[in-house]
Amino acid sequence: MTDVPPVDMTDSQRGGPQPRKRRAQWIDFAFESVTRIFAILVLGILIAILVSLVIGSALSLEKYGLSFIWQSDWDPVKERFGALVPIYGTLMTSLIAMAIGVPVSFGIALFLTEMSPAWLRRPLGTAIEMLAAIPSIIYGMWGLFVFAPLFQSHVQPLLIGGLGGLPVVGGLFEGPPFGIGMMTAGLILSIMVIPFITAVMRDVFELVPPMMKESAYSLGATTWEVVWRVVLPYTKVGVVGGIMLGLGRALGETMAVTFVIGNAHRLSASLMAPGNSIASALANEFTEAVGDLYYSALIELGLILFVITTIVLAISKFLLMRLARQEGART
Amino acid sequence: MSAIGSDNSVYIARKRRNVVMLTVSSLALAFGLFWLIWILSTLLYEGGSALARVSLYTQMTPPPGADGGLLNAILGSLMMATVGTLIGTPTGILAGTYLAEYGKQGWLASATRFLNDVLLSAPSIVIGLFVYSIYVAQVGHFSGWAGSIALALLVIPVVVRTTDDMLELVPNSLREAAAALGCPTWRTIMLVTYRAARTGIVTGVLLAVARISGETAPLLFTSLNNQFGSLNMNAPMANLPVVIFQFAMSPYENWQRLAWGGAALITLAVLALNILARALFRKSA
Repeated sequence: MTDVPPVDMTDSQRGGPQPRKRRAQWIDFAFESVTRIFAILVLGILIAILVSLVIGSALSLEKYGLSFIWQSDWDPVKERFGALVPIYGTLMTSLIAMAIGVPVSFGIALFLTEMSPAWLRRPLGTAIEMLAAIPSIIYGMWGLFVFAPLFQSHVQPLLIGGLGGLPVVGGLFEGPPFGIGMMTAGLILSIMVIPFITAVMRDVFELVPPMMKESAYSLGATTWEVVWRVVLPYTKVGVVGGIMLGLGRALGETMAVTFVIGNAHRLSASLMAPGNSIASALANEFTEAVGDLYYSALIELGLILFVITTIVLAISKFLLMRLARQEGART
Repeated sequence: MSAIGSDNSVYIARKRRNVVMLTVSSLALAFGLFWLIWILSTLLYEGGSALARVSLYTQMTPPPGADGGLLNAILGSLMMATVGTLIGTPTGILAGTYLAEYGKQGWLASATRFLNDVLLSAPSIVIGLFVYSIYVAQVGHFSGWAGSIALALLVIPVVVRTTDDMLELVPNSLREAAAALGCPTWRTIMLVTYRAARTGIVTGVLLAVARISGETAPLLFTSLNNQFGSLNMNAPMANLPVVIFQFAMSPYENWQRLAWGGAALITLAVLALNILARALFRKSA
C-alpha cells in the first residue's frame, strides 16, 4: 500500500499486475489439479479394493473356479472350501430383513409425511434416524443377551408350533428353538435397515407436487388412496432405490449378525437353525486362519460380498438418480 | 356424507380401509420407536453402574476375574479416530471441492460421485480386508496405523458427500461477486464458498466421526487388540469396539460387565455427536 507507483508509468512498465496475474493463474491451476487428484484418489479406492480382493483370492479362484459358489463344504483341516452356506445365510437373513423392514419403513414414512402433526415430525423423524446411529456391535450384544433369550422362550415356540406343521413353508420353521439363528439375525437386521429405507422414502414422498395430492383429495380420495394411487406410483423408482439401499446395508452388516447367527457351517432349511453369513464368517475366522488357501478362500468370500453389494448399491443409486433427473426435467 | 354415505357400502369400505391403513402405519412407527427405547434402556440398565465407576476411565483392561477399566481401549479408540479423521477429512474436503467447484457435471465428477455413494454404504468389513491386504500383510503385523487407515477410508465418502452437497448449496451470486472483485477462483473457494458452507462441512465431519467411533468390523483385521496400555501406533492397539466384542463373547462375568459399560459409553458418545451435528446444522439453516 505504501509504495504507490508513479502515475506516469503504464501497467506493463510497472510490472505489477501482469506477474501477479500470472501467479494467480498458476495457483488456480495448482489448486484445481490438487482437488482433481484427490477426486481421482476417491474414485480409485473402490477400484483398488476390487483389485486387491481379486489378487488376494487368486489361489482359491484358481483352485475352485466357479464351483466355489455352490460347494457347501467348509473344512479348514482338509482344506476344502465352498461358499454356499455363507452366501445362503447372507441372502436369507437379508431377505427376512427386507420382508419386515420394507413395509414398516413404508408405514413410518407415510406417518411422517402424511399424518404426523408438524411439530412432531422432527422429533419422531430424528428418533427413527437414531436407530441408524446406534453402532452395530450394540445391536449384536443386545440381540444375543436380551433379545435372543426372550425370542427363544416366547416367540420361537409359537412360530414352530403354529407354522412348523404347515405344508411347503413348514420346513422354514421346524426344529428346536435355539434363540440364535437366521431368523433372529434377520429380525435384528430388519430393525437396522428401517432408518435407511425410511429416510429415502420420506425424501422421495416429499418430491410429489402438492397439487397432484390436492387434486386427488378434491376428488374425494382418502389419505390412504392418495398415498397408494398418487404418491407411490409417482415415486416408484425412488422407493425401489431406497429398498435397494437398505438391502445393500443388510447384506454387508457384520457385527450384529456375527453375535446372533450362531456361526454354524451347516446348510439347514429351517430359519430357526444357526447358520453363517459371509460377513460373520470373515469376522470370526479371518484373524485365526492358518494356511494360504484358507486365507484366500476367506478373501474370496469378501470379494463375493463386495461384488454383490456393489451391484445392489449401484442399482439403488441409478434408480434414485433417475427419479432426480425426471424431477429436474419436470420443474 | 349423510345421504350417500350412510348406506353406500363402497364408501364405507373405502373409509374403513383408510382407517385400517393409517392405524397400521402408526403402529409401524411405534414398532420402530419400541426397539430404540428397548435397546437404549437395556444399555443404561446394564451399563449404567459400570459407567458411573471411576475405575472404568482410569484402569487398564483386566485379566479375567480381576477389577479393571477400559482406559487403554478408550485411549486407543480416541487416537485411531483422531488420526483417521485427520487423514480422511482433508482428502474428503478436497475431493468434494473438485466435484462441486470444478468437475460439476463432467464425466470424472459424475463417476466419482457415483462410486463414492457406493463406497458410502459398502460393507465396512471389506474395507478391513482391503487394509489388511495392502498394509497389514505387507508389514507383517497388526497396528494402530492400519486401524486409522481403515477408519479414514470410512470417513472419506461421508465427507466427500457432504462437502459436495454443501458447496452446491452456496448461491452462485457469491462466487460471481468475488470474481467481479478480481478474486482468483482458488481464493474465492477458500475465502467465500468454504466460509459459506462451513457449518455444513463441519456437520459432515462430525457425522463421519460418529460413524467410525462405533465401527468394529474394519478394526478386527487392522488394529486388532492389545491387553496392555500401549500407545504405540505401530503395534496392535486396543480399541473400544473390539474390546467390547471380545469381552461380551467371553464367559467371564467381570469382562461382560465391562463390555456393557463400554457399549453404553460408545452409544452415548455416538448419539451425542449425532445430536450435536444436527443441532449445529439446524442453527445454520
